[in-house]
Amino acid sequence: MSETTHDGGVAVTAAPSPDEGLTAAQLAAKYGLAVSGARPSLVEYVRQLWGRRHFILAFSQAKLTAQYSQAKLGQLWQVATPLLNAGVYYFIFGVILHASRGMSKDVYIPFLVTGVFVFTFTQSSVMTGVRAISGNLGLVRALHFPRAALPVSFSLQQLQQLLFSMIVLFVVAIGFGSYPSVSWLLIVPVLALQFLFNTGLALIVARMGAKTPDLAQLMPFILRTWMYTSGVMFSINTMMEGRSELAVRLLQVNPAAIFMDLMRFALIDGYGASNLPPHVWAIALFWAVVVFAGGFVYFWKAEERYGRG
Amino acid sequence: MAEQSTKDLRPTVIADDLHIVYRVNGAKTGKGSATAALSRILKRGSDDAARGVRKVHAVRGVSFVAYRGEAIGLIGSNGSGKSTLLRAIAGLLPAEKGKVYTDGQPSLLGVNAALMNDLTGERNVILGGLAMGMSREQVKERYQDIVDFSGINEKGDFITLPMRTYSSGMAARLRFSIAAAKDHDVLMIDEALATGDRKFQKRSEERIRELRKEAGTVFLVSHNNKSIRDTCDRVLWLERGELRMDGPTEEVLKEYEKFTGK
Repeated sequence: MSETTHDGGVAVTAAPSPDEGLTAAQLAAKYGLAVSGARPSLVEYVRQLWGRRHFILAFSQAKLTAQYSQAKLGQLWQVATPLLNAGVYYFIFGVILHASRGMSKDVYIPFLVTGVFVFTFTQSSVMTGVRAISGNLGLVRALHFPRAALPVSFSLQQLQQLLFSMIVLFVVAIGFGSYPSVSWLLIVPVLALQFLFNTGLALIVARMGAKTPDLAQLMPFILRTWMYTSGVMFSINTMMEGRSELAVRLLQVNPAAIFMDLMRFALIDGYGASNLPPHVWAIALFWAVVVFAGGFVYFWKAEERYGRG
Repeated sequence: MAEQSTKDLRPTVIADDLHIVYRVNGAKTGKGSATAALSRILKRGSDDAARGVRKVHAVRGVSFVAYRGEAIGLIGSNGSGKSTLLRAIAGLLPAEKGKVYTDGQPSLLGVNAALMNDLTGERNVILGGLAMGMSREQVKERYQDIVDFSGINEKGDFITLPMRTYSSGMAARLRFSIAAAKDHDVLMIDEALATGDRKFQKRSEERIRELRKEAGTVFLVSHNNKSIRDTCDRVLWLERGELRMDGPTEEVLKEYEKFTGK
């Protein structure tokens, strides 16, 4: 083995800089450079996200407007689509089937339409959430912003969509004899809690969808199963008559069922408190806070990796 | 250029043995048949290659230090990793290995991805500005400048029409105008010079020179050796993801032109 000779063969440029010989990390530390694309702390992340609130809102409204911009009736479809939806349900269940599922018709039709609209809110938040990152990789790879802005923005878009549906829902409720009352004010907290819950869910599936885009194919089946077990078209109380108390309660604490029932309770005269499980508001609050906080942290944990796709 | 002499050698970007790898799903045989996909799932647990996830090693061990006041050109043939390197510096693509250190937040010049063809030019200006991180007041303040700079309204009131009705040149001009409205610490430009007609090109080159003065460090990706000569004092030459040469513009361009046979 030959001995290494220190003959100084390395060509050094005229004036050796004082930084010569430092490793990249040492050089970075000396001049206060930070690692590019590193994940900020949770507090910093929330602050950044709040700083982008105008972008989040503008992006959600832009998506909402863009949907119908090629149609001749334009933004009228925002209301016409839920109206047609409600019309179809009325025609099938009200006119053809005379379905009532243990309720009077004046209760059942608004019951059904409320259920469909409220569930659709959660359903479409999840569906757009799955693609929030994987479907916008171009944006993620081009601009800097806290990535949570995307799923939050898509949930916000769905909330605005639901507000148009609520107009139709009011018409349906009044049409079947439930007139505006003080209890309608409960709609506001119900929507706020459901929005929190949906956003949390969207954040969770956004991270999963970013890693495994196949989830977008699978999600419709999961969501449909969820819909059928949530009592969109039937009352859990009536359907489970005679079953054990535990089974009924288990079905009732399902977050989708909770939000639908609260909305029906607020809106429909003939749908009283007896249809609600005990501690319903506490359960709703629990779902909203736990899923939102959990989803937010879960999403943030992978923040630096979303560009990979 | 005069500003070179006052260079105090303050590093703004340090790339340290940077590797970037893209993973492409289901591109093993080129046939996307269902049975191929199924066998891919069944082989789960084994390594990526067996599952048909192809790896594209786009940047292989690139190291360099960029200093304040430098304008650095990135050259190399198509697919040599120039754009990927820029994205990695901006922190938009996670590194497979190695690290990039930066002073402040480097930004790519370009907002194309945030804009929506179905919206009017007007709303896209606002959306694009917000997407780049400008405040609502800043967007309002610069709105008229952006529209004037783009020259969209020179041929009638086009800014209130959806962007899908624009000609490709008009759309490119608006996109550049929005992107160039913000000042950046470390600015990266990806072949943005070649948009629009001759008149607009001149205007945009001037704007880039302005941005350069305000920015600490500028990176420019271009296939146009003339614009590299005009704007850059240092050039990095990438080939197959590796840094082939790093030096003063003339030196590197001479070798590059020899290599490309020009």
